[in-house]
Amino acid sequence: MIAEFFFLLFLVMAASGAVMMVASRNPVASLMFLVLTLFAIAGLFVLLDAHFLAAVQVIVYAGAIMVLFLFVIMLLNLGHEQASDLRGLFGRGTALILGAALFAALGTALRAGGWIAAGAPRVEDAAAADPRGAVQVIADPLFRDYMVPFEVTSLLLLVAVVGAIVLARRRAP
Amino acid sequence: MLEFETGAIVLGAFLFAVGAAGVLVRRNAILIFLCIELMLNAVNLTLVAFSRSGGIEGQVLVFFVMAVAAAEAAVGLAIIISVFRHYELVDVDRVNLLKW
Repeated sequence: MIAEFFFLLFLVMAASGAVMMVASRNPVASLMFLVLTLFAIAGLFVLLDAHFLAAVQVIVYAGAIMVLFLFVIMLLNLGHEQASDLRGLFGRGTALILGAALFAALGTALRAGGWIAAGAPRVEDAAAADPRGAVQVIADPLFRDYMVPFEVTSLLLLVAVVGAIVLARRRAP
Repeated sequence: MLEFETGAIVLGAFLFAVGAAGVLVRRNAILIFLCIELMLNAVNLTLVAFSRSGGIEGQVLVFFVMAVAAAEAAVGLAIIISVFRHYELVDVDRVNLLKW
């Protein structure tokens, strides 16, 4: 019962945060609404038995990546209220229609796949009943079956670090 | 009785649609970037919901998505800073040198 309450709470938090993020005029307010959405998604991860990913979501996404975005907004001095960067009435209408069409298409596909039917496949709490801890559940496949992609990820991060420095560096006069 | 998977999958579809609409409606490059992060998170949520019945591999994939998103954010923001140094603005409608 209490789980259902929190699930609905996080559901509403995530959805309203996302809508407010797109609609807000102030870039910093937009970013804070996205942080709210990310926290709500972390809460949903907990309720879906993905405890490790919930922690990573809070630390990496809501913590590191969003602070990086905030630094860039501050660095470019975009934090103050200014002429809205939202498009005009035609652009907003087009975006609304296309977004609604995309949502309808995704809903149709999920319904066709049997995911939103009343009798969606009921899952017993496999991860919760697992005797291994929340980290080992994901670490076992990660370091056995997905060892090579994991190492490639480290290479990707190295390239990203070097690339970011090269791109953002001030050219020597 | 609310099924958690169903709610999470529908929310994932909704967040993805909102993110796509946001990419279309904003002009500020940083906010377009934020909308892309929202779409990535919508997909992550869907993967975690599917992984409850489809196996733990979904969560492994979410782990990789987060790593790639971090790399993408670093490089993308560096490009935005570089563009800002050159044009003194981040409006994607007015940075159109490669458009034609």
